[in-house]
Amino acid sequence: MSDQIKINQKILDFNTQLQEQDSFFPVLSVLDNQGKIIDKEALKRAELSDEDLVNIIKRMLLSRQLDIRSIKLAKQGRFGFFAPTAGQEASQMASSYAFNDDDWLMPGYRDIPEIIVKGWPIWKAILWSRGHVLGNEFVTEDGKEINAWMPQIIIGAQYVEAAGIALGLKKRGKNAVAYAYTGDGGTSQGDFYEGINFAGAYKANAVFFIQNNGYAISTPRSLQTAAVHLAAKGWAAGIPSVVVDGNDPIAMYLVSKEARAWAVSGNGPVLIETLTNRLEPHSTAGDDPLRYRKQDDIDSWWQKEPLIRMRNFMTEKGIWSLELENAYIDEVNTLIDEQIKIADNVEKQKVSNFIKNTLEIPGQAMNEQIAKFESEGK
Amino acid sequence: MAVKSYIDAIREAMDLALEKDENVLIFGEDVGENGGVFRATDGLQAKYGEERVFNTPLAESGIGGLAIGLTTQNYRPIMEIQFFGFVFEVMDSIAGQMARNRFRFNATRQMPIVVRSPYGGGTKTPEMHADNLEGMVAQIPGIRVVMPANPADAKGLLLSSIASNDPVIFLENLHLYRSLKGEVPDGFYTTPLDTAAIARAGSDVSIISYGGGVPVALKAAEELEKNNVSAEVLDLRTVSPLDIEAIGKTVEKTGRVVIVQEAQRMAGIGANVMSEISERFVLNLKAPIGRVAAPDSVYPFAQAENDWMIKADDVVNKVMEIVEYD
Repeated sequence: MSDQIKINQKILDFNTQLQEQDSFFPVLSVLDNQGKIIDKEALKRAELSDEDLVNIIKRMLLSRQLDIRSIKLAKQGRFGFFAPTAGQEASQMASSYAFNDDDWLMPGYRDIPEIIVKGWPIWKAILWSRGHVLGNEFVTEDGKEINAWMPQIIIGAQYVEAAGIALGLKKRGKNAVAYAYTGDGGTSQGDFYEGINFAGAYKANAVFFIQNNGYAISTPRSLQTAAVHLAAKGWAAGIPSVVVDGNDPIAMYLVSKEARAWAVSGNGPVLIETLTNRLEPHSTAGDDPLRYRKQDDIDSWWQKEPLIRMRNFMTEKGIWSLELENAYIDEVNTLIDEQIKIADNVEKQKVSNFIKNTLEIPGQAMNEQIAKFESEGK
Repeated sequence: MAVKSYIDAIREAMDLALEKDENVLIFGEDVGENGGVFRATDGLQAKYGEERVFNTPLAESGIGGLAIGLTTQNYRPIMEIQFFGFVFEVMDSIAGQMARNRFRFNATRQMPIVVRSPYGGGTKTPEMHADNLEGMVAQIPGIRVVMPANPADAKGLLLSSIASNDPVIFLENLHLYRSLKGEVPDGFYTTPLDTAAIARAGSDVSIISYGGGVPVALKAAEELEKNNVSAEVLDLRTVSPLDIEAIGKTVEKTGRVVIVQEAQRMAGIGANVMSEISERFVLNLKAPIGRVAAPDSVYPFAQAENDWMIKADDVVNKVMEIVEYD
């Protein structure tokens, strides 16, 4: 048989081709479900100091506490829309720890905690949730501009915009990247492909995360695509694409750090699929997960959630304890209480301001409307 | 001052903007070496380099996202949508994102983006290349919609659009690109984004139009003069926001109005102009408002274009009907 005959036969063997595709994506994993070290080399490569580890677990606990409080407050009508994050603390907080203030965060609506750790005051996040314009000002408490966009409502739009920021950073020669988060459902959107493809074509400074948390509201991951691995979609854009245990904080940090280093050096973007799970409803707006998934499934994921393994790993290492954890949770709760008070006392929004904000130079009809609402004190 | 074509005036504006402000970028499908499918950006990549004038992959939503993202790095993007019929692919970037961002961020962030795109019929294009979709985008709060009707305005309005911190949809009439020539002032100048212009003064009737409708209205006005009817032609120039004051002035002057648009009767800007007149200036009217627009079908197949599009005769007939009303 000539070489070409062999090649032709292989090309036409679709079944084998599918198997090869499926087997190409091993999962990056450093800690097991209970926090035991699986890969010492990878742990070393992460170069995390004890202080870093404490910072990461604190960020994860902050996120979990915000989640618990947000859901409770929403039930009391004191919070607006909130998309729960429990179970995704490694995927969100350990990944974002690999980026710095100069990097641009492009969040989806479930990525509130990542913006908060970039300096977005919690009271602003509360206002965002309640629907107040001050919640959409991305400045720190001391007035510093935060390199983050608002939590994107249109699934996937943050990906094309991230490509634009990433190209801009590259053009300006900045030592920074754009990092964007979407979910498993987001990978079905046209903007997902356009975003990774544009960033790839321009070798722009971007890191793209797919938080595969199992469900897009009620639609399971299996119905989004025939692709066995969502990361495989990055191949079509010609960019490095990896799958990582999204509940493993060390693996999440490691892959994010390496992806950032790759992208910031002018090599182009990286796509990271994080295997995680949403342990709670889609949102505080009345979603009941038991309409579309089994309690057993939810329970099994609670056994694999990221805080268990991070806590065990750090306790074993002698740098964490239940006492430290409880003290920190108290601290977070006190902070959240204070922040709610600030949010409760902000000035009322004005319709006249909305019209003024719509165009820098309003038209005649708009000016008339501004005058009318101002005369009514609105 | 020199006589230039509509497309040459547009290119000159971009050339001047690139020269004046290093933050100005031009990108879109085929705008680089090829200079755009109509040559609107011809020579600009050679002059300013690939860093500033560059091709994009073929995906309109990606182009819109690119523009929005680039504003965070203080760029002033001019993005081209090759034909405005392709705007549906980028509607989220335009309507869902750039139009809302200034409002959304409490005016702490600006969207200095120009979306340039050709529209309009009369050149026998394939489907989705000729539609007048200005009415659709003019109904979106947060963006300005600009439709120049002559070369001098095309240059001045484009330079203003590039300088604007509001996102601007800048619609270029495809049929006029090379068929329309006119005096264009030299050098850098801007034309305000909120002012209509009297394209021809008159006293018996006001023909209010914009974009590709204006040359049709002007041709009709010439014919009408032979019938001793003095028609004033108001060119709206910026269709969102509307210059209501200028509309009021011409209505007060003549008391008779015919609105002319290339778009279908149910689309376009005409209905909005009519409602402003009805609400504010109805007591100045001596006759019902007349309207000349394309029929309410989908934009026709190329071979039937001539039967479907509005013509100067349609305008003359409608004006005579309105002028003779008492």
